[in-house]
Amino acid sequence: MSTRRSSAGAPPPTTYREALREGLREAMHEDERVFLMGEDVGNYGGCFGVSLGLLEEFGPERIRDTPLSESGFVGAGIGAALGGMRPVVEIMTVNFSLLAMDQILNNAATLLHMSGGQLGVPVVIRMTTGAGRQLGAQHSHSLEGWYAHIPGIRVLAPATVDDARHMLAAALADPDPVLIFEHGSLYNAEGVLDGTIEAVDLDTAAVRRPGTDVSVITYGGSLPKAMAAADVLAGEGISAEVVDLRTLRPLDDATIMASVCRTHRAVIIDEAWRSGSLAAEISSRITEQAFYELDAPVERVCSAEVPIPYARQLEEAALPQVATIADAVRRTVS
Amino acid sequence: MSSTSAQTEGKARRAARKSGRGKAGSAAARGAPDSLPSPDHHLSLLRQMLTIRRFEERCVELYSSTEIRGFVHLYIGEEAVAVGVNQALGQEDAVVSTYREHGHALARGVPAEAVMAEMYGKATGCSRGRGGSMHLFDADRRFYGGNAIVAGGLPLAAGLALADRMRGSTHVTCCFFGDGAFAEGEFHETANLAALWQLPLLLVCENNLYAMGTSLAREHAQTNLAMRAASYGMPAWTVDGMDVLAVEAAAQRAVESVRAGNGPHFIEAQTYRFRAHSMYDPDRYRAKSEIEAWKGRDPVQGLADRMRTDGRLDDRTMEELDKGVLGEIDRAVRSAEDAPMEPVADLLRFVTSAPGSTT
Repeated sequence: MSTRRSSAGAPPPTTYREALREGLREAMHEDERVFLMGEDVGNYGGCFGVSLGLLEEFGPERIRDTPLSESGFVGAGIGAALGGMRPVVEIMTVNFSLLAMDQILNNAATLLHMSGGQLGVPVVIRMTTGAGRQLGAQHSHSLEGWYAHIPGIRVLAPATVDDARHMLAAALADPDPVLIFEHGSLYNAEGVLDGTIEAVDLDTAAVRRPGTDVSVITYGGSLPKAMAAADVLAGEGISAEVVDLRTLRPLDDATIMASVCRTHRAVIIDEAWRSGSLAAEISSRITEQAFYELDAPVERVCSAEVPIPYARQLEEAALPQVATIADAVRRTVS
Repeated sequence: MSSTSAQTEGKARRAARKSGRGKAGSAAARGAPDSLPSPDHHLSLLRQMLTIRRFEERCVELYSSTEIRGFVHLYIGEEAVAVGVNQALGQEDAVVSTYREHGHALARGVPAEAVMAEMYGKATGCSRGRGGSMHLFDADRRFYGGNAIVAGGLPLAAGLALADRMRGSTHVTCCFFGDGAFAEGEFHETANLAALWQLPLLLVCENNLYAMGTSLAREHAQTNLAMRAASYGMPAWTVDGMDVLAVEAAAQRAVESVRAGNGPHFIEAQTYRFRAHSMYDPDRYRAKSEIEAWKGRDPVQGLADRMRTDGRLDDRTMEELDKGVLGEIDRAVRSAEDAPMEPVADLLRFVTSAPGSTT
């Protein structure tokens, strides 16, 4: 099913939320084994409105409201995948996913190996991540890096409408468990879908903006901030290349290193906490693989090491911002 | 659809009410058939239980001589549950089990060679040496294994049952777990989900009275497990887990009803492990007199005695049966000893479906 566009004039913009919904709708139409389950995905229309209207279109068997039992319904999704279905499980936020971590780690990620290759788990688990909406310390964390620590699962972070639209199909085609992290600040983001894209590959990072002076490596909700910082820096004569990781596990080392070898400087933007973070992993890989290409120490811009606070000024101060990203780049190139 | 599910829900609730709120022994008395099935069937049950018993006795020897390692949880004393329940299941039905699952695997038909080879960590093991005693799997037999997180297999079982129903099959998923699982949220989440969605799921609680070293009464405010299961709106029965015929009869009734679309059913099999929790366990928390009393209700001996009383078993048949079983175990051990090791070069295999990949 191709994306709809008006026959005349420029194609209308799509929101990230609509793009996700269209991806779900397409997957449901194309494969009857695909179904969606999670808290409030049906009658409510999805906590963030992603599945709005899908209950009416596909019915309650395939758009399945669940009790507030994260471990129960995530585990049921894993079991349904073992049983030949292609479940898409929605968890409201990454903080809630901790209640299902047993199932994700001890079952989804391990069953294939533990069974000597017999039991593949083709489940897709989607959840919201990230801060920026004044939701306090139990709805705002960025824990995707924890999941990226685990062998046996793939971790995706769509940051554009095109990736929001197409990553689900690729995730469902993967025979192994895939976790998709949707940054809460992106749902209302708008973009024009590239009608020429039919599928995306999940193995490569994307260079969203080419540049020559510094590689700004980021993903998810930090991408728009990194792009905005690159605009600011361009006005100062600094050419920043912005790399969108897209897939947090497995990391696309080749694209990262190719960029660093071009620019000889790297700044990593990661909304998670700095200690033991994905940013630390990327920095370490750059040191291991491209140390002699570096003209400056690798910089990291991460969240302050604090539970994300409610008050606007405190929350803003806790998170990577355009200004702090630009400052880090300036330090690196100076 | 809605009226049907309302009817089945009502039926389930009525059945739950009739369950006698899980009074111990009530289902056993009701479930045990007056007329016994064919002698061959009894012999088959006896052979299956004896196979599990002898297999595990050999495991103890092999553990002591360090041929096998890791955590090994013995099922000795509980054989009637696995064997009895499995009689009610067809080949296409699914089984999810715990870390005390040698008996479930063997009763399910996973070859003793493959199970023993897994204990040895060999390439011919049923999990190719990556699982060990606690993680036995056999996809062809729909044996979804060996889960070593207490209650961790329950949500999986609900998902398997959901998949079977969504695919339009009449298969049943059977999930074994222990009394310890009742203290875990995953049991309660699954019981609610399965009853809410009327999933084709048979929940079999092997109540051996101890969650490792903590007795049921020291862990649970309400020790009537069937009553607690019934509170989720599913039929819940208690059965004598030391009596293979009673277990079989209860399981047959339950599976028939589950398969007919009446939603999940719960069976509490009251049983006892004769050995310690695992090979590491010094077993300081149980009175010797208690263990001896339960040993007096040995399920293997119990069936054999009953068959003798009925004139269906004599010493010679019993000797031949035992000899045959021991021969089978010997062959399994020899085969495991002779089997190749999994090459270290394959360490990262099966982490993902991509060949040789670990990322």
